[in-house]
Amino acid sequence: MRRLLLLLIMLVSGLVVQAQGIFGGKVTGNFQWDIQASREDSTIGAEKVDEKLLNNAFANINYVNGDFSAGMRFEAYLNPILGFDSQYKGAGIPYRFASYKKDYLEITVGNYYEQFGNGLVFRAYEERNLGLDNAMDGLRVVARPLDGISIKGIIGKQRYYWEDIWDSDNGLVRGLDAEVSLNDLVESWKNSSTRMTIGGSFVSVYEQAKPKYVNIGGSDYRMSIPENVGAAAFRFDFSHKSFFLSAEYAQKGQDPNAVNGFIYRKGNALLLKTSYFIKGLAIALEAKRIDNMSFKSKRDETGNMLNVNYLPAITRQHSYSLMAMYPYATQLNGEMGIQADVMYKFKKNTMLGGKYGTEVKFNYSRVHSIDKQPLEGYALNQAGTEGYTSDFFKVGDELYFEEVNFEINKKLTNKFKLNLMYSYQSFNPVAFGHPEQQNIYANIFVADGLYKFNRKHSLRTELQWLLTEQNYGEWAKGDWLQATLEYNFAGKWFFALSDQWNYGNENGDRTHYYNVSLGSTYNTTRISISYGKQRDGIICIGGVCREVPASNGLFMTITSSF
Amino acid sequence: MKRLILIVTVLLWFGGVFGQQVLPNVSLKTVDGKAINANEFNNDGKPFAICFWATWCKPCLMELSAIAENYEQWQEDTGIKIYAVSIDDSRTQSKVQPLVSSSDWGFEVILDVNSELKRALGVNNPPHTFVVNAKGEIVWQHVGYAPGDEENLIEKLIEVSGE
Repeated sequence: MRRLLLLLIMLVSGLVVQAQGIFGGKVTGNFQWDIQASREDSTIGAEKVDEKLLNNAFANINYVNGDFSAGMRFEAYLNPILGFDSQYKGAGIPYRFASYKKDYLEITVGNYYEQFGNGLVFRAYEERNLGLDNAMDGLRVVARPLDGISIKGIIGKQRYYWEDIWDSDNGLVRGLDAEVSLNDLVESWKNSSTRMTIGGSFVSVYEQAKPKYVNIGGSDYRMSIPENVGAAAFRFDFSHKSFFLSAEYAQKGQDPNAVNGFIYRKGNALLLKTSYFIKGLAIALEAKRIDNMSFKSKRDETGNMLNVNYLPAITRQHSYSLMAMYPYATQLNGEMGIQADVMYKFKKNTMLGGKYGTEVKFNYSRVHSIDKQPLEGYALNQAGTEGYTSDFFKVGDELYFEEVNFEINKKLTNKFKLNLMYSYQSFNPVAFGHPEQQNIYANIFVADGLYKFNRKHSLRTELQWLLTEQNYGEWAKGDWLQATLEYNFAGKWFFALSDQWNYGNENGDRTHYYNVSLGSTYNTTRISISYGKQRDGIICIGGVCREVPASNGLFMTITSSF
Repeated sequence: MKRLILIVTVLLWFGGVFGQQVLPNVSLKTVDGKAINANEFNNDGKPFAICFWATWCKPCLMELSAIAENYEQWQEDTGIKIYAVSIDDSRTQSKVQPLVSSSDWGFEVILDVNSELKRALGVNNPPHTFVVNAKGEIVWQHVGYAPGDEENLIEKLIEVSGE
């Protein structure tokens, strides 16, 4: 019956689609379908997949007619591909909304995504390929009473897999955000070379308290759990010509929860960014300090779901696979770090620039623990207490992550481009909840060459080399080498061969992760099929990561937009 | 019965969706902090392109730097314009302006910090390129980037200019 209902909904939406010409509205959307078949392979630790075939699929359909829009997303995980939480198993429409927007007012009912400032106190977003979705379900109002002033109000609950959230006891999220862009507000400042935006937000989560007991010094105590947890943030962005400065500071009230070990300490976060940029040169600096800022709408939840806020990682996000082998993720319970970037372009027709110019990039990041001192008479982070004290400016002893990398992009001839990159990384497995593992110190080299035969045909070759004396888990031991060949026929198809070889592993010759892939693109539709082995590893997007188990087999992806 | 409904549904979907869509009403910011709505994107009555990209997306950077190499020439010859919409979130957003300045790209750079425009236009993954005609209608789209695609894009823009 439910399936029939679903089909009928789809039929009606199809009719709407057909009728778009008559009603004048437009329909847009996109879909993706991933199919995976993996078999058992003890050489890489790939486990048997009982279902033989795994599927993830989703389709978004949006309807827009003037100031009105509505949309929905159908999702099916039958059964979820490897690395996705098994709680995703199932199919349905977890996301649907209707929205009305006039210049000064926008009202959305149903599901929505939203972000206040940098997201330190509130961000509802999705990373479909990570299986991360904390869409809100409820109501959102955005008002722009004057040019330069925007006020947002939100209320609702967050998505939790397929759970009927209105039937669950997950917390209710309420929030308010106001932002003033002085240059848009004051007519005479509109074209000023000095720009200033200020903003502030407040978010509160209400979750019914359940009895919770803690053992302190041998006796059990019943905790007094705050049912309303509030967080506030203040921010500004300032720019003058080629100089930019921004800051956001957030504070969170008492929130004993499973992530922080049920301590009463208040949380705070500070994010500072500054940059200077002129034609051909840019320097950017960032600093961040986080203290006990995990903020979820369910206090017993750990993991990636039900996050109310977002704490960006300030390390470089890599796209080369060996560079991204040991990625960093934000430590919600406390970290402090800095990041620096310098980018420079040597002009055309200079000694270092050559005929086409040369781009060089430098990046450095370092993240430490924060200082944490136990309270007198208690163990560090004792549940049911304030947990610890912390000196705001003192750098903690533990180094979580450090990286220095250089990159050179150079077009050598009309047909050949070369990209060289080097990175040194120091990775602390504490960041992934594996304190039993050794720290990794790795030197990584990448050479990426692109040769264009003619307007349509090109060949890309990629060599990556990772050197380390340490092992991570059972399946990443010592040194790695990777080679990739990719042939592209622009606008039509591509073919790629690659091998990732963990030659530092004592299993030596057996740990080749070869992969063959073939794909075709036609305007907005892309089909790719790959066959081979995938190492057990971590996929990260935006500093949020997911562990992906090893697999050996076929993977097919179809994406399309319309 | 169910199967019939399913077939009809699929036919309806794929038979009727290829209308000419226009740019949605989405509030955004330019890279230098000015407010802009996606439905205000324009090129003085000439066609333009919208390229979705991110600082961490390798093929996007390849695409934009390939376009940048000939952008001034193309602008002179045909008057085209490129809106480069970054979907970098608060982790990498502060690197957008430095990257654009140091690479000396002449595009109109827009920030789509929480992927609102990306969702409204049905973009799966960057790079994703749209060509918008003089009337503000999306007339062509392309996903992914392979060296040489930038030539197809400029040809498409010229073709649309002539209409």
